[in-house]
Amino acid sequence: MNTPMTALPHPARFRRLSGPAGIGLLLALAYGLVPLVAGDYLLEAILTPFLALALAGLGLNLLVGYAGLLSLGSAAFMAVGAYAAFNLSLRVPGLPLPAAFLGGGLAAAAAGLVAGLPALRLRGFYLAVSTLAAQFFVAWALNRIGWLSNDSPSGVIGAPRLVLAGWSFEDARGRYAVSLVVVSLLTFAAWRLVRSPTGRDLVAIRDQETAARIVGVRVARTKLLAFALSSFVVGVAGVLWAFAYLRTVEPAGFNLDRSFQILFIVIIGGLGTLRGAFLGAGFIVVLPLVLSRLGAALLGDGFDSGTLEMVQRIVLGALIVAVLIREPAGLSALLDRLFTRLFDRPRRVPA
Amino acid sequence: MSPDVSFFVEVVVGGLLSGVMYALVAIGFVLIYKTSGVLNFAQGAMVLFAALTFVSLVERGLPVPAAFAATLAVMALVGLAVERAVLRPLVNQPPITLFMATLGVAYVIEGAAQLAWGTQVHALDLGIDDTPLEFGGVLVSRFDLVAAAIAGVLVAVLTLFFHTTRTGLAFRAVADDPLAALGIGLRLPRIWSAVWIASGVVALVAGLLWGARLGVQFSLSLVVLKALPVLVLGGFDSIAGAIVAGLIVGAAEKLAEVYLGPVIGGGIEGWFAYVAALALLLVRPAGLFGRRSVERA
Amino acid sequence: MPRTTPIRALLAGAALLALGAGASAAEQYFPLQSYRVGPYAAGGTGFFGGFIDYLNLVNSRDGGVNGVKLTWSEGETQYEVERGVEVYERLKSRPGIAAWNPLSVGIAYAMIDRITADKVPLITINDGRTDSTDGRVFPYVFPLLLNPYSETSGIVEYLAGREGGLDRLKGKTIAVLYHGSPYGKETIPIYDLLAKRYGFKVEQIEVPHPGNEQQSQWLAIRRLKPDYVVLRGWGVMNPVALKTAQKTGFPAGRIVGNVWSNSEEDVIPAGESAKGYVAITTQASGAQYPVIQEIVRAVYDKGAGNLADRKRIGSVYHNLGVLNGILNVEAVRIAQERFGHRTLTGDEVRWGFEHLRLDEARVAALGAKGLFHSINVTCANHEGEGRVTFQQWDGAKWTVVSDWIKPDWATLRPIIEASSTAYAKEHGLTPRDCAAEERADAQSGKRAAADIK
Repeated sequence: MNTPMTALPHPARFRRLSGPAGIGLLLALAYGLVPLVAGDYLLEAILTPFLALALAGLGLNLLVGYAGLLSLGSAAFMAVGAYAAFNLSLRVPGLPLPAAFLGGGLAAAAAGLVAGLPALRLRGFYLAVSTLAAQFFVAWALNRIGWLSNDSPSGVIGAPRLVLAGWSFEDARGRYAVSLVVVSLLTFAAWRLVRSPTGRDLVAIRDQETAARIVGVRVARTKLLAFALSSFVVGVAGVLWAFAYLRTVEPAGFNLDRSFQILFIVIIGGLGTLRGAFLGAGFIVVLPLVLSRLGAALLGDGFDSGTLEMVQRIVLGALIVAVLIREPAGLSALLDRLFTRLFDRPRRVPA
Repeated sequence: MSPDVSFFVEVVVGGLLSGVMYALVAIGFVLIYKTSGVLNFAQGAMVLFAALTFVSLVERGLPVPAAFAATLAVMALVGLAVERAVLRPLVNQPPITLFMATLGVAYVIEGAAQLAWGTQVHALDLGIDDTPLEFGGVLVSRFDLVAAAIAGVLVAVLTLFFHTTRTGLAFRAVADDPLAALGIGLRLPRIWSAVWIASGVVALVAGLLWGARLGVQFSLSLVVLKALPVLVLGGFDSIAGAIVAGLIVGAAEKLAEVYLGPVIGGGIEGWFAYVAALALLLVRPAGLFGRRSVERA
Repeated sequence: MPRTTPIRALLAGAALLALGAGASAAEQYFPLQSYRVGPYAAGGTGFFGGFIDYLNLVNSRDGGVNGVKLTWSEGETQYEVERGVEVYERLKSRPGIAAWNPLSVGIAYAMIDRITADKVPLITINDGRTDSTDGRVFPYVFPLLLNPYSETSGIVEYLAGREGGLDRLKGKTIAVLYHGSPYGKETIPIYDLLAKRYGFKVEQIEVPHPGNEQQSQWLAIRRLKPDYVVLRGWGVMNPVALKTAQKTGFPAGRIVGNVWSNSEEDVIPAGESAKGYVAITTQASGAQYPVIQEIVRAVYDKGAGNLADRKRIGSVYHNLGVLNGILNVEAVRIAQERFGHRTLTGDEVRWGFEHLRLDEARVAALGAKGLFHSINVTCANHEGEGRVTFQQWDGAKWTVVSDWIKPDWATLRPIIEASSTAYAKEHGLTPRDCAAEERADAQSGKRAAADIK
């Protein structure tokens, strides 16, 4: 394989969606309308996990989509973030919540740095499989070292309450708000990053490592930086997942399936685009729920939920394959094409 | 032999025999990766599907040879269908897209397997007596010996196939240089089809042997996690590498668990194989037998 | 308990219904976070199948509980925590929820805060958090019949019985093979404690998840030469343990399984190597009990049975589901005697669970003599002193091989209270004063009874 793992043709026209107006509209919706009209179920059971997983996807996309380094250990970095934040808020009395989030992210970044070391020698699937070492080692360590879960006999720990400066964010709206603010901030930071010189270095080592080296990109340093930055974002997503959504922290929730799920989000959404993570998370989180509601509505409440689930699994798998075949560059490219077709028809250039 | 020495031998032999079982799963990956550069994560689902189909047919009263033949046909069809419906439309896409597509295929196969045959667990009795054999105080599992022999036969058949038949030769040509192979008029799609059928057959053999070890149930698809470190170590594209790496990984993880486990805490098998493979890779970046040029940074 | 004639009860129920907070038709609803797909589907289909079968039986035989119809719906979780939470959030606003029964430790943990805020009981029969036995700190959580600590004690008592007394355990060696997860590790300190107390040697060996490869662990056991091996397994780890035991020459008859290693699904895949294996249970298996026979007649013969395969009627998970149904329905019944024959609130059903006392006579009247022994839940003890028995697998079915054994609750209680007190402190909770609650309750209970009359 001489082609890079993840290089993709890059459609550059998504002005409409990511232009200031589009972003403003999206933010107004997310901050203004949604909390007003959405019920508890939508906020707490769909939007909060959606935001956490989208953030994890965003973080992984920095690594896979921008730097071209494949990782299967995202769930482990989520776990490191969640456990670090838990221990910080447990052992440092009075630590404000944002500091716990930050600490979780930093711990995950450190773990990412170590797990990224093989990237200096390996590429492609060899690197991907080697990140599984991190995946399984973290799960083992969290289970084995009792101190990390405060010696809880059952190993499952409760997340601290979401209270900031006397304000409680414990209800559905509050949990959504916390997630939204964290995700907005980090998305903005990621947006700045990919447009910075560092961001261009990442893309350079993805597209042509040797050339990048020649023009003076410090490849080793940039690769490790990619791992650290990506793991930071993924770690914060882990804190959100545990604190804002599940409210418990246990190693089993951060298993290999979660890593694959996040990778799915990135690839289905679109590699190397920031909005891809959100589109992908929407696909992976919301679609199964829609499918199962649809199935239940068609077949009635009493229908065997197992059969329904299996059909749903088949449909989901087929849809993933279909999206990849129809648009290997992911949903964001699909969306671009749609927009182009809707608005830019006269200006469209033949491919 | 002193008890300590014979215990050590027992651990090593047990590990080597387990390693053959890992290699058996790894070969399924290698066949496909070698020709099309796809890390086929649906291999685990195919192993599950094969074992479940076989055992369900037997339980429905089909004689064993007939059930075996039927499952063989089904697996060949599954392999062919995956190649036609999924991989061929995705040809020339980046490897990671192909990888994700095989994960989607894994969902479909797992769902279909359970929908067709139910979620019950089954025993799979291959008629191999599993009372241990004793050689000078060292216990050796009879089943594992038979399994190792079957794996050996499978490897021999595959090797013969690749070295003596025309298709096999074409296969090797494609693996060596797809463009050149295309240039001299080899029909790539036909070779891909052949390889996917072969991987379906390997999945059946792995499914039956692992199914007899674990029982036939959903967790059977998790055996791929045992195969991945073997692949890293042996190289994704070498059958011989898979065998040798399987033996190394099997013996190393057992020795680590038994002798290192009590020191740093037990249950390290889950990650030890990966770390060991990684350590070796830092010395030899393309694995033991993998082609050097490709994946080096 | 007030004696009420059915008519009077109905009248009272109707009156309360008219007054009640707009409750719909008299229905009591059970939301089910079931798992019928994925690695643990076999357990899920059995358990939730049995639960639904019993609810069906009560509806078709008795027309519900005192005229209150039982309803339910399922949400598939695949045993995954976040799916369980999603199902909770989706179904929690439905009217007349009696109790949640996830049969998953992970999902149960994620629900503790939620159900406590929503004031609905959470039933974790045979599993769940050990310290939630202390109802003073966990008012809404009920680890009915058995928690991990009493399971450990029950197993040690049984092994002592096989040796001929607790004093005979001295000098024996027991190896515990546990699943590498929080669940598996939970009993490590209890085995250590009991080993010290009774003078046996215990060696605890971890099997990494999922447990499909155990050669090294069983070689370590072979070197240790223990008198017994206790299997604290989960899923595929169990049949692989039995197979590998055979491979390394350890007899199945000296392996004892815990409550998640005790089902047909754990032994069938192991084939011949499981013959003679013994495992703990809170409910005997088999279809010969009157209540199971009634289910066969009233539910399955009418084509309304939940299990796809009738052969699984009376299996371990199915009987556990039926037993779980009995306990839930009886809690509702007991609460109805106190609050009226109508749709109850979650908090009222909690009261019912806290007064769930089924002695052997009542168990027999329910058609469950021999299926399980008895239960005695109180405000402070949410486990309810469940007894355990042991069954041996003969290659085709389980046969009971012991009496109903009492775990050593007195020894365990202080450890449980230490843990629950720490939890209360961590979460800023004040434990309830059970004695005072009982007194106040008796007062208002009399008044309520007078009102009903």
